[in-house]
Order: sequence, then structure tokens, then C-alpha cells
Amino acid sequence: MTETAVACDRLRKAYGSVVAVADLSLAVRRGECFGLLGPNGAGKTTTIEILEGLLTPDAGDVEVLGLRWRTDARTLRERLGIHLQETQLAEKLTVEETLRLFRSFYPRGRTVDELLQIVELEGKRSGRVGKLSGGQKQRLSLACALVGDPDLLFLDEPTTGLDPQSRRQLWTLLEQFRSRGGTILLTTHYMDEAEFLCDRVAIVDQGRIIALGTPTELIAQYGAPRVISHHGTLEDVFMALTGRHLRDE
Amino acid sequence: MSDAFTSKPLVQLTLARLREFLREPEAVFWTFGFPLVMSLALAVAFPSRAARDVLVGLPPGQPSESVRSILSGSKGITVRDVRPEDERRALREGTVHVVVVPTMPPTYRFDPAREESRFARAAVDQALKHAAGRAEPWVAREQPQEIPGSRYIDWFIPGLIGMGIMTNGMWSIAFGIVQSRMRKLLKRMMASPMRRSDYLLAQLIARLAFLPGEVLIPLVFAAVAFGMPVNGDAGTIAIVALTGALSFGALGLVMATRVRTIEAISGLMNLVMLPMWILSGVFFSSANFPDAIQPVIHALPLTALIDALRAVILDGASLAAVSGELSLLAAWGVVPFFLALRLFSWR
Repeated sequence: MTETAVACDRLRKAYGSVVAVADLSLAVRRGECFGLLGPNGAGKTTTIEILEGLLTPDAGDVEVLGLRWRTDARTLRERLGIHLQETQLAEKLTVEETLRLFRSFYPRGRTVDELLQIVELEGKRSGRVGKLSGGQKQRLSLACALVGDPDLLFLDEPTTGLDPQSRRQLWTLLEQFRSRGGTILLTTHYMDEAEFLCDRVAIVDQGRIIALGTPTELIAQYGAPRVISHHGTLEDVFMALTGRHLRDE
Repeated sequence: MSDAFTSKPLVQLTLARLREFLREPEAVFWTFGFPLVMSLALAVAFPSRAARDVLVGLPPGQPSESVRSILSGSKGITVRDVRPEDERRALREGTVHVVVVPTMPPTYRFDPAREESRFARAAVDQALKHAAGRAEPWVAREQPQEIPGSRYIDWFIPGLIGMGIMTNGMWSIAFGIVQSRMRKLLKRMMASPMRRSDYLLAQLIARLAFLPGEVLIPLVFAAVAFGMPVNGDAGTIAIVALTGALSFGALGLVMATRVRTIEAISGLMNLVMLPMWILSGVFFSSANFPDAIQPVIHALPLTALIDALRAVILDGASLAAVSGELSLLAAWGVVPFFLALRLFSWR
């Protein structure tokens, strides 16, 4: 077993003349929570989808859990848990039916009862997916990612649009996953989330990694407080590095 | 059901599709309720061709009186008052088939392009000449026959079943896939170890689960309510329906391979289905179309399906007798299915 869970080398992906990912390299260690931070359109989602084997890069190498997408796709899929940014699960199915469906795709994994307990949706077992709140949907999506008892979780913006309580609840779930030895690679644009969850973060802008380190290192390096009373945060680092003041929205 | 069976991905995917369908009341109505409403409506509109009176319009008032009394007393003729200014509209709407102006000799106004108008003209002409004293050389012996299966409703029901197999097959499959693609659910499933073939196969199996109801409901309804004869054997009808459902399912699959919005798939569906609704003889016989386009009509899958259904249901044709139609239909299924496998976009 290698010590590296995810490694990619000089990844490149362009859509027409727009370069989404430009020679991006990174390595995620086993048992680590690694965060990809960046403004919208920075190339985070493209990067994570290449690592998930959903997109083929124009150039570059990807190795996940010591395996490669081209030759070991099926084995890899069985060992990964994935949360996609935009997926809406079928609204007419119940929570339990959704989990049974996803569970059937994996040769081994957790039982539906265990999953309902982990994501605290036992009370919604027979409820329709369409009737769930945003936080509950997100927890169900996480349960679908955990269904095969994965070694590695890929989470693309897992808490976007959630209220603070729901975010905290999800963070707790992810902490539990890590305490069992799981590896996480996530994207987010919440700085507090990255500070709370991640051992290391990479700040991505225009398809490149422009800073990499632990939150503490990055704050010390780029986010030195300009006012004595103000403690540096990852947000200061982020704004200092990517803060084109008028972002082209 | 045992756990080993229900935990199979193919079973779970099929169940998911069936549940989604059954929990959509509109979809259930269009599949099962609509054919019933449709056959009921048509049975009311076209009770039986032979029994209908011809409708004759007369200007109201004194000058029409003698003509009115002759025609009112004739069998098979119903007289309606039509004012001169309403004449054209009445002819167009079919509220009268011919207008008689009581000149001497009388004037007939009618549209010779319409079969019922020509027939009405002949009936009126006969009645008036007879009343004017024309001697009949002889009166033919008439032997009216009640031939089951020759009424419009009998002819129409197999067409309706064929149309249902096409519409439901293409819609249920294409709509489900496009919706899952829009919601990025297809992509999410591709991120799991699910086999692609399981997904596509589940869509087809779930579609077949509705087939017995779609065929049996209108068939039994028409047999009970209208006394439609069902001369074919159940096995042959089932094979024809199954071939049709699989072929149109495969066509639905190929149409949904890349489409990303409901609007686009709706447009594409109409583009493909509308010509077949008109040309393939659902509502009126496709023999009405010019000879030049008959080869095109006979190459269409819906024509093959409806021809085979009519032959089997009404004439009791054997499987061998409809093997030509079935082969054509099967070809319309096999080619699109392999095309769909090659072109399908999961993103």
C-alpha cells in the first residue's frame, strides 16, 4: 500500500480555447483531509472530476489508491465515495429506496440501517427525497457516497447553500469518517470550512495551484495581520492571493 | 422476494424506474386512462357507418315545403333548416352534407370532394325523382349483413393500441433518461460501480412492465363495451405487442442519447411521432395517401405494428402471416439499440 491516496502530475484540460486546468500537480496522503480552495471558475470541479475518473485530461497522469483509471476503473469505483456538486437525487423515491439502489451497485459495504444512523436520517427513512430540506438532502448524498464503505471520499462543495447548523452536522460526519482512517479530498469556497476540516489546502486560481500548505502555514506566510487586534484567517490569505477586487461576475 | 434477488442492481434500477412512474399520476393517466377516454369518445362520434342518416339542409320557409315533406318521409334522410347565409359554414362543419334549393329542377349544393356529400346527393336525388313519379325498373333484393369487426371502432382499436405502444415506449424511456441527465443523476451513477448495461436494460424492462395493461385495458374494454371481435390468439398478440414495445423503446433510447433538456426531447419526439400518427393509419386508413408515398408509409415502424395488430386481432392472422411486419419492426429496434449503446452520453 502506498502512502499516497491521490497523486496527479501536470494535469491539463481545456474546453476550446478556455484552459480550465493548467499543469496542476498535487499529492494527497492517506488519512489526510485535503482541501481545494478557489473562486468560482478556478478549475476546482474540473480537477476533482478528472481525479474521480469522470473526465479525461488532455495531458497528465492520475493515480488514485495506487491504481489507474484506464486499467482499474471498476475496482477504483468500488473503493471511492463521491459527492457531486449538482446532483439532484430522484425526488419520487424515498430515502431508504435511494440508499438500497446505490447499495446494490457495490459488492460490499454498509447496511442501509447503518447508513441511516450515521447520517441521522432514521426518522426520514420512508420520506420522499423531494420533501427533504437542503441539509437532509446533502446528508443523504453523503450517505450514498459512504454506501460502499470507501477508503477515499471526493466531495465537491459538500456544504454549499446549507445553514450553519447543517454545515456543522456535516463536518461532524466527515470528522467521524476520518477518525476511521478515511481520506478526504474536498473543494469548497468557505474558508472556515477549510480551516476546520483540512490538514492541508491548495489554493487554486485560473487552473493552477498558487499556494499549498497547512492552514496555519498559509496564514503565517500570507495572512499576517495588518492590525494588531485582528487575528489572521485563511480568508485573509485567500483574498490576498486571489483578490482581484472586482471579480468578473 | 429473497434478499439476494432484490439486492441485484438490475432489480433495484428497474424498481426505481417503476416507482418513479407509478408515483407520477399524470404519467399513469396518459398510459392507461387516455386510451379509454379516446375509444369512448370515438365510439360516440362514429357509432356505425351504415346507421347514420344523411343530413340535408333546406332554406327555412314556405317555398321548401313540398321538398321538405318528401325528404322528411324518406328513410335514412334527416332534414335541417339552413339559412342561406349559414350554408357554407354548415357544409364545412358537416352539420349538413348537401343543401337543396327548391328551384325546378332542384339545385344541389355540396362538396364533391367529400364522400358523405356525394352519397347524400345521390340519396336526395333518388328520393326526389321517385316522388316526381320516376318508375323504378326493379327493386333489388337487399341482404344486410352484420359483419363483426368491420365497424370503425373495431378498426380503430388496434390502431389506438399501436399508437399507445409507440408513444409510451418512446416517452417513458426518453423522458426518464433526459430527466436523469438534467439532474446530473446519470453522472452520479457513473461515479458508482454501476454497470451501464444494467441501467439501460432496466429502462427497457420497466417499460415492458406497463405493456400488459396498455394492451389489455383497451382490448377488453372494446370487447365488452362495443362487442369488438378478438379473433387472434393471446400469444400472437403478445408477441406483436412485445416486438413493438422493444423497438419503440430502442428508438426512445437512441433519441435520448445526447439530449439535455426536456424542451429539446419534446420537440424531437413530436418530429418523429407526428408523421407516423398521420401516415401510419391510426385514425384513417393509410390507403388514402397517394401511391407515390406508399413505400415510405410501409417502411415506418408504426405502420408495421398497426398492420400486424389489425391482422392478428381482427382477422386472427398467424405469426407466420405477419412475419414480414414483425421483421421490419424488429429491424427498427435492433439498429437504434446498438446505435444508442455507441452514442449514449452519461454526462
